[in-house]
Amino acid sequence: MDPARFTRVDATTWRVEPSGPMRVPAIIYADEQLIRDMDEKVCEQAVNVATLPGIVQASYAMPDAHWGYGFPIGGVAAFDADAGGVVSAGGVGFDISCGVRTMLTGLTVSHITPVQKALAESLFRQIPAGVGSTGAITLDTDEMNAMLSGGARWAVERGWGETRDLERIEESGCMQGARPDYVSDRAKERQRREMGTLGSGNHYLEVQAVAEIFDATVARVFGLAENDVVVTIHCGSRGLGHQIGSEFLREMVAAAKDARIELPDRELACAPINSEVGQRYLGAMRAAINCALANREILGHYARRVFAHFFPDCDLKLLFDVSHNTCKVEPHVIDGKQRYLFVHRKGATRAFGPGHPSLPAELRDVGQPVLIGGSMGTGSYVLVGTASSEEKAFSSACHGAGRALSRHAALKQWSGRKIVDDLAGQGIIIRSPSLRGVAEEAPGAYKDVGAVVAAAEHAGLARRVARLRPLICIKG
Amino acid sequence: MTPCGRSAGSVGRWEHFPHDADIGVRGFGTTVEEAFEQAAMALTAVVTHAPVEPKIAVEIRCKASDLELLFVDWLNSIIYEMAVRQMLFGRFAVKIEDGRRLTATLWGEPVDVERHAPACEPKGATYTALKVGVDHSGTWSAGCIIDV
Repeated sequence: MDPARFTRVDATTWRVEPSGPMRVPAIIYADEQLIRDMDEKVCEQAVNVATLPGIVQASYAMPDAHWGYGFPIGGVAAFDADAGGVVSAGGVGFDISCGVRTMLTGLTVSHITPVQKALAESLFRQIPAGVGSTGAITLDTDEMNAMLSGGARWAVERGWGETRDLERIEESGCMQGARPDYVSDRAKERQRREMGTLGSGNHYLEVQAVAEIFDATVARVFGLAENDVVVTIHCGSRGLGHQIGSEFLREMVAAAKDARIELPDRELACAPINSEVGQRYLGAMRAAINCALANREILGHYARRVFAHFFPDCDLKLLFDVSHNTCKVEPHVIDGKQRYLFVHRKGATRAFGPGHPSLPAELRDVGQPVLIGGSMGTGSYVLVGTASSEEKAFSSACHGAGRALSRHAALKQWSGRKIVDDLAGQGIIIRSPSLRGVAEEAPGAYKDVGAVVAAAEHAGLARRVARLRPLICIKG
Repeated sequence: MTPCGRSAGSVGRWEHFPHDADIGVRGFGTTVEEAFEQAAMALTAVVTHAPVEPKIAVEIRCKASDLELLFVDWLNSIIYEMAVRQMLFGRFAVKIEDGRRLTATLWGEPVDVERHAPACEPKGATYTALKVGVDHSGTWSAGCIIDV
């Protein structure tokens, strides 16, 4: 995009003043180069979101923003139910509660190196990944409903996880207000055999080494030191979330029309929060959040089993589990007054600063871990929420590197085999059922995650704590 | 554009088109039905470039208030059948009445991970870049972005 389209507030804040049907400004946090590299559609979509009823303060886009559906991916917008605010299925996304968890292993790189190949093979065999893979778990109707109400707590009760994990998961592992009865039979059918599966696309399980520490004090509280090994899992609510997203998107096109909401793009389909469809979506979406929390807890359990086989004394402790496709009700201070807002984060991570009451005691003084997935070859980051993030973007930060090239273009440019071989040369083992899938997710198809997190830090959204480099990547 | 379903010169064909994070599918045909069928071929090609044998037939029906919404429903119905049956589909026969009601038969086979090497799993069809229409020469096209 041409930076001249924006009012430049500072080096990482770019603003589109409200005009025409826009109710609030659109604000993009990024450095000038990231702005130049962004698709024109990011601005168009952020501006479209700014036209929706009940939007509060601004329509935001994070430094990793790219062209999404209705909302940009990397979009944040908050709505006030009492001011006619809306909830949007597109503003949450198809993969409801897609997110990242990072687990500390207590091991260092020297432990992994001698068994790296065997460990990769074992993880690949034990973690169901890709199309056509099914989990070992099949849910009947009662168990499906229990899972949709209980989230990660349900998984722990069934023996697929540990109680101590729960305080390190958003919502203490269980999203309140879930309504399994609002989830269609088709959505449940799609999930029946998908618990404990990774999925495909950009989802992965990685064994990573801490490559660099930026903030030694916070890193100590998080339990991260250079050369430590962690396990990171990126996935979401699988078929259930996808089906709920598709069904409500369709319903909300009609609901928006009924509510006389002018949609600049059908994908922005939404319903007033205080409407029957809006409430039904919120109940179903919260059930899907529980599905994602349970799924990541089960995958974490599988990773524990594999690590216990190779390292009998190893104890995988959950650092944090955070989602980046959600709509959550949160209190925020607007013009000196506290208001409960429906904060949509589509490809954006919640980033609570120090002192936030929802954080566990051990983390409260420093802030929430913000887990940023990079591409499979380049690395990932652990950030921490800052006090300034609240006023910047309702306590939100970026979620990943963001794609720079489409799958289409990536496929033309790279061969999966060559990527696997090149990365092996750098000491990174990739295991995936599909070489074409590897090519589509080529490291070169992503933006520079380092530039994204540096911009997030400069903008005051979150601060860098550690950089992680991959050792093993199991790709769906 | 990525490989097409039929030889050059035929109206019935499909293509993929780029989206930042995902992928677009578009089918062409002399009738709207053929365009829908070809778009379904493009959807399968998102997952695999390997041939899909027409071993099992599955019937589907959908209804929507206009042709474009019907197209998204059509693709979402295929995605649903792919997911719950763990199948891929390589042949499609579509019938549309009143521009709002669709009945179709899909032919396919269970996913064979080794042979099909599935690249990614479609999550859902979207309303982004959604267009169903006919050009001045009478060629129908139907396309949208698939979230993968």
